[in-house]
Amino acid sequence: MKRFLPLALALLAAAALAKGVTLSGAGATFPYPLYAKYFSVYHKLTGVRVNYQSIGSGGGIRQLFSGTVHFGASDAPLADAKLAEFERKFGTAVVHVPTALGAVVPIYNLPGVREPVRFSGPVLADIFLGKIRKWNDPALAALNPGVKLPPLPITVVRRSDGSGTTYIWTEYLAKVSPEWKEKVGAGKSVAWPTGLGGKGNEGVAGLVRQTPGAIGYAELVYAVQNKIAYGAVQNRAGRFVRADLASLRAAAELDDFPADARVSLTDTPAAEGYPIASFTWILVYRDLDKNRAVKSAAEAKALAELLDWIVHDGQHYNEALHYAALPEVAVHATEANLKALRYRGEPLLGE
Amino acid sequence: MRDKIYGQLGDRVFTAGLVLLGLAVMLIAGLMAWELGAGGWEAFRSFGFWGFVRGSAWNAVAEQFGAWPFLLGTLITSAAALALAFLPALAAAIAVAEYAPRWLAEAVAYLIDLLAALPSVVYGLWGIFVLVPLVRDHLEQPLFLWSAEHAPALMGVLGPPTGIGMLSAVLVLALMIVPYASSLARDAIRLVPRAQREAMYALGATRWEVVRRVVLPYARGGIFAGVILALARAIGETMAVTMLIGNSGQLPYSVFGPAATMASVIANEFAEAEGGLQLSSLLAVGFLLMLLSLAVNLVADFILRRMSVGEGRK
Repeated sequence: MKRFLPLALALLAAAALAKGVTLSGAGATFPYPLYAKYFSVYHKLTGVRVNYQSIGSGGGIRQLFSGTVHFGASDAPLADAKLAEFERKFGTAVVHVPTALGAVVPIYNLPGVREPVRFSGPVLADIFLGKIRKWNDPALAALNPGVKLPPLPITVVRRSDGSGTTYIWTEYLAKVSPEWKEKVGAGKSVAWPTGLGGKGNEGVAGLVRQTPGAIGYAELVYAVQNKIAYGAVQNRAGRFVRADLASLRAAAELDDFPADARVSLTDTPAAEGYPIASFTWILVYRDLDKNRAVKSAAEAKALAELLDWIVHDGQHYNEALHYAALPEVAVHATEANLKALRYRGEPLLGE
Repeated sequence: MRDKIYGQLGDRVFTAGLVLLGLAVMLIAGLMAWELGAGGWEAFRSFGFWGFVRGSAWNAVAEQFGAWPFLLGTLITSAAALALAFLPALAAAIAVAEYAPRWLAEAVAYLIDLLAALPSVVYGLWGIFVLVPLVRDHLEQPLFLWSAEHAPALMGVLGPPTGIGMLSAVLVLALMIVPYASSLARDAIRLVPRAQREAMYALGATRWEVVRRVVLPYARGGIFAGVILALARAIGETMAVTMLIGNSGQLPYSVFGPAATMASVIANEFAEAEGGLQLSSLLAVGFLLMLLSLAVNLVADFILRRMSVGEGRK
């Protein structure tokens, strides 16, 4: 036994040296359970360690800009102005790598109503603008024939913290309601015309559960796991769709998928698609040597291979955790973007 | 040998260590103020210092920022909480120090101190699950319905009776600061010299007269110090308030309706601020919060100097 010990130690040391690459990332909290799964599986497969801090999309973008992480993660794509600022500052582009699809659903607390309530985009906008104030409003009643909506006052609940969820929600409302676009607009935190603010998905869900007549919004994963009632939303094709993995994937089947993968899926034209869906992205520098956090070609290569694994093999882990997998079009666009990743001008992924 | 140990070298090292630690505290406070001020500089430059302080729009989409709703929210909630908490805290302190039998006094004092040790998130949870439904069903809704029938003008002042809002936040905040005001008051009351009380009793005073004429005037410095500590705690309290206040910076505020404070807006928006004017404005709010705390402490110090009696006044 004693004879083997030095040998074993030497082997371990060699293994540690060979697999010593550690990558770090920071950003969105929404995909954190999924990323934790990816990174633990990937560590077992290749030995590459990934430290991911789920500090919020904004924090992830800040860290990416200051060059303290290998990759950032965000629920919203970078705005054009932000991209231009990045290119001016670092002389390279940001590559958006979509990893999964999520949905935001309207959640509510209506005692005595069993069937899922149906909403349309303009009605949701009017509720969140404070224009529709009662559950038995004619506009809501017209969408829900046969459902006995109580004459309760509507209490609007929304996120008080900045969040990607709010971005997706408000971006959708801005698309379907000109008044919302003009008065409030889309953003991770907006000037809400009405309502109570709760911190985080759990804050919003807590307030909705506590308040009869409340309506709020939360991520699909959160609503499903916590068994909160959520409604169906009418999509552009006129169908009422209740969010699930199939309707999420359908929402992303776009004919004209943009090459940079920065695409908004809200108000999707797809007939079966759920209208309040979005990708979540990992963000990296295209020229990885421009990122101060990337210390060597080996690290850059490990990062590129990790991303390649996530958009292919990693996708199998999505659905078990209630995230929809990427549609074929998104994978194709991303493959091309990943091939463009370079370190000192050398491409990192072979053909 | 003794001289060597207690002599010059040891003394000097000790003094140097103390001075260094003292200076470090000052340095850290100065650095924090500097960092917040420098980070908020962009916001102050864009809107002007008073423009930022008095501005009531907070809109990250339009990049318009003003701290007034949050400043107002902080001032109202902490002042109201202090007003609510002061008399109960003082009463508890007097009861523990003067009236209660020893075993009861110790138990009550221990429980009050325990209140201070509870994490604020626990207060927040208790508020959401216990206080909010109670306040909503038995206080806000009856009052609101009554005002709808008898005094419609009052409805705007009361605001929507959802239970989440200013009133619940103030109630929980008041509960949270009672121990701070109470323990300092208790200690101050216990420090009142025996001779003073006995002299008063010798003159034939009742227990109440002794408390009113001797104990309270003598201890008022300590009582006031507790009040200030409680106020500072209320101004800075973040978690419980964020969970209960409804987080809406829409002016005008109402009694039941949602509001927001400086600490709550920072806690809410910092993580997702991508930089630029929003981040700068949040840091500027932090800077104002620091100024507010400084102002409270300076005023308190001034008053404390004027009102302290006995040993303090020479």
